[in-house]
Amino acid sequence: MAKLDLIMFEEEYKLLHEIIGRLQKDASAKVVFLVDKNGQQIAAAGDVKSIDATSLASLTAGNVAATDGLAKLIGEKEFSLLFHEGEKDNLHISIVGKRGILVVIFDQNSSLALVRLRVKKASKELQEIFDQVEQRAQKESDGGNRFESPFSEITDEDIDRLFGD
Amino acid sequence: MTFINYASREINCKIVYYGPGLCGKTTNIQWIYEQANPDKKGKLVSLATETDRTLFFDFLPLDMGMVKGFKVRFHLYTVPGQVFYDASRKLILRGCDGIIFVADSQKARMEANIESIANLATNLKENGFDVRSIPYVLQLNKRDMPSAVPVPEMERLLRFRGEPMIEAVASQGTGVIETLKAAARQILMELQKN
Repeated sequence: MAKLDLIMFEEEYKLLHEIIGRLQKDASAKVVFLVDKNGQQIAAAGDVKSIDATSLASLTAGNVAATDGLAKLIGEKEFSLLFHEGEKDNLHISIVGKRGILVVIFDQNSSLALVRLRVKKASKELQEIFDQVEQRAQKESDGGNRFESPFSEITDEDIDRLFGD
Repeated sequence: MTFINYASREINCKIVYYGPGLCGKTTNIQWIYEQANPDKKGKLVSLATETDRTLFFDFLPLDMGMVKGFKVRFHLYTVPGQVFYDASRKLILRGCDGIIFVADSQKARMEANIESIANLATNLKENGFDVRSIPYVLQLNKRDMPSAVPVPEMERLLRFRGEPMIEAVASQGTGVIETLKAAARQILMELQKN
C-alpha cells in the first residue's frame, strides 16, 4: 500500500475539479479544498488566493492524522468528520475514501446543515474517482506494465540543476 | 508516496527529518528557509511549544525547479524528537518519500542517536516502509562541538546501509544543502526506477 504512488491524469483531475467546483457553489462555501491524507493539495475551488493553500493542506492532514490517532485510542476506526467553528469562518473537514480529505470553508452565507448535505453527495462522487485511480495503480503495479514514465531518464545533471549547480 | 499530477505537471515529494531531541532537525529546515529564494519557498509552519520545542511538526514547502517538464516540489517535515511524542512521529512518517536522519555528534547523545534509529525503523515498518530500502541520508550534526565523537566512531555506531553520510553544523548552514541534495537525488532516482 505504502509503495503505491498517487498518479493523477488530466481526465481524473478534471472530474475532481468539476465536483468540488459544484460543491463550492451548491454549498455556498467560500473555498473548497481536496487534500491528500499525506498533506498534499490535490484540487481547490472558490476564492483560493485568499488562503495559503499549501500550509492549509499540510495542517489539515496533520489534524486528521492526530484525530485518527485519538479515534484508535478509544477504539474507533476513525472520526470521519471534523468541524471547527470560528467567529466568522468555519471549517468542515471530512474523509473521502482511503486517502482523500475534503475541506470546506464557509461563513454566515451558508450553514452547517447545508454543507453537510452537499458534502455527502460530493464525497460519493469523489470516492468513485479515487477508487478508479487506485484500481488503475494496483493493476499497473500487479501487471508490471506501467505506463511510460517521463522520469525514466532522469540524470545526475537534472538533479544538479535543481540545486543550481 | 510521491504525488505526480499530470494535469498540473507537478511532482510532490515528502522528506522527513528524524532524530533525537535537540539534534538540530528544526535548525536544518530553518536554515533552508532563511536561505531559499523568496519565490521558491512557502511559509515555514512550526507547531512548537512555548519553549520552541517541536510539538507536532515543522513544515516547509520548497519549489525546486523543473525536471523533465515537471515542477518539482519538496515538502520538508521534522518530527518532534522527544521520546514521549512517539505517536506524533509515527503519523508524520505517513506517506514519506525519504528520510534524513540528523544525528547529534556530542558524546553524551550517542545512545539517544542509536535509540532514535531503532525507533525510526519500527515506526517506518508500521507505515509499510523498510528502513533498509527507503531513500535515506545520515547527517552528523554539531561537528563543531568540543565533545564531538570522531566520524569513524559515529559511522561504526550509526551507519547501517552504506547511506550517504554528511558532516554538518546546521546552525551555520554547513552541510545542510548537501544533505537535502543527497536525499533529493535518491528520491528522484527512485522515481526513475519505478
